[in-house]
Amino acid sequence: MITPRPVLLRPILGAAGLVVLFGVWEASIRLGWVPSGLLPAPTSLGPAWLEEVRSGAWTQAIRDSLTHYLTGLLAGSVLGTLLGLLCGAVPLLDGLLSGVVRVLRPIPGLAWVPFAILWFGLNTAGATFVIAISVFWINFYAAYGAVQSIDPDLYEVAASFGHGGFWARLRTVVIPASAPGVLAGLRTGLGQAWMSVVAAELFGVPGIGARMMQASSLLATDLVVVYMLTMALLYALTDTLFMLVRKRLLGWQG
Amino acid sequence: MNSVVTPASTADVVVRLEDIGLSHDHGRSFILRHVDLEIRRGEFVALLGPSGVGKSTLLRVIMGLMPPGEGRVELKSTPASVHRPAAMVFQDAKLMPWRSVLRNVELGLEGLGLDRNRRRERAMAALELVGLADKADRWPRQLSGGQRQRVGVARALTVEPDLLLMDEPFGALDAITRTALQEELLRIHARTHGTVLFVTHDLDEALVLADRIIILAGHPAGLRGDFTVGPRPRDRTAPGLRAMAERMKRLIAGEEDPGADAAYWQASEI
Repeated sequence: MITPRPVLLRPILGAAGLVVLFGVWEASIRLGWVPSGLLPAPTSLGPAWLEEVRSGAWTQAIRDSLTHYLTGLLAGSVLGTLLGLLCGAVPLLDGLLSGVVRVLRPIPGLAWVPFAILWFGLNTAGATFVIAISVFWINFYAAYGAVQSIDPDLYEVAASFGHGGFWARLRTVVIPASAPGVLAGLRTGLGQAWMSVVAAELFGVPGIGARMMQASSLLATDLVVVYMLTMALLYALTDTLFMLVRKRLLGWQG
Repeated sequence: MNSVVTPASTADVVVRLEDIGLSHDHGRSFILRHVDLEIRRGEFVALLGPSGVGKSTLLRVIMGLMPPGEGRVELKSTPASVHRPAAMVFQDAKLMPWRSVLRNVELGLEGLGLDRNRRRERAMAALELVGLADKADRWPRQLSGGQRQRVGVARALTVEPDLLLMDEPFGALDAITRTALQEELLRIHARTHGTVLFVTHDLDEALVLADRIIILAGHPAGLRGDFTVGPRPRDRTAPGLRAMAERMKRLIAGEEDPGADAAYWQASEI
């Protein structure tokens, strides 16, 4: 067994790195290395955050963004995973959609913003749509690749023991065997979706992104940073929660 | 040991192959052709031949995993108990890594109309038979190669097949583990009296395990010999057995069998 030292060392090093970052940041402003107005001092972030919380804007922005995030993530992940699994498992569908995928795949979620506004408007549905598209492709390819890399002998094993039909194969082999790949895709999507949240909201749909836009137009850089850190925190939270679920589902991987 | 071949006249046939031909290019060329074979209940048959001759493919045809290009396979199933007509032990165990050992063994019992408890009972009984009852809750990755293959055997045995197909099941194991598993397989066979078709390219393995050894060789491959081996324990230094082994070696190499009367194949006994 490895000694527990490196296990403990990593989070300590990580925290130390953060302290150094904030220290250098604060010092560079106090010592005048950075012209004032370009970057808020870390010590000014606390008061700015408190004020934002007191006004209710902070919790409201989080609530709005979380709504976009969760619905977009859910829709994109479910649809992307389902279609990816099916394309991986059904060669006919895979062939039929290969051209469509080639055309649509390179178009980033952000490029759909004009249509999001046109079809849904500057509202929750529009933001959800943009987020869902960017998450869709990540999950599509993760699920597709996971199915493609399944050991074909396992289909033979399943068929030998009475699980030869399409649905039986899906249940006994495809879904459990592709779970690690699918979950890896979900996790990537979890991060990607936060990026898309900001992008989708920059156009005026209320939420963290819109609030950042307002703050920057008022040159309230401290508020921009407050929301940056808010997003980092929300991402860390969702990622940690996800990893807990993942550990339960993939216990067999050890 | 109680694994003696019952006379063909009285014993019932579990599987019958009639003029089987296998082709990878829809009949333009054959990897295997004109194979006729009958295996009787309780027989332990080794299918012996060089690598790539089509032994595993033939096994898959019998299992029903692929259709024969020519001929037909007749698998007789006892109507009595809840079971499957055939079950297979694969080369590298091929356990499903996301299922616990117990759930792996239960795989073939799902869909047979057994309730959860009954499934569990039967799977546990099979695990007990291979000596791994205490590993029921483990994941496959926590087992050694030999243990994984034991689970593979339990998974096949638990469906109580009329015919147990084994595709070089011990080929990837180290020599010590292989010998241990061979002994265990003989012990299980002596207890269950199952019918076994065991594919191997290892002459010694065939001589240790089988009551009957069938040679598959040539291009296209066909049955080149059908030997009945005497009762166990066997003295492999005995002149009769050594002479038989020499004949098998020549047949596998594709030479004519000097001891055979017919050019095609002949049953011989010592």
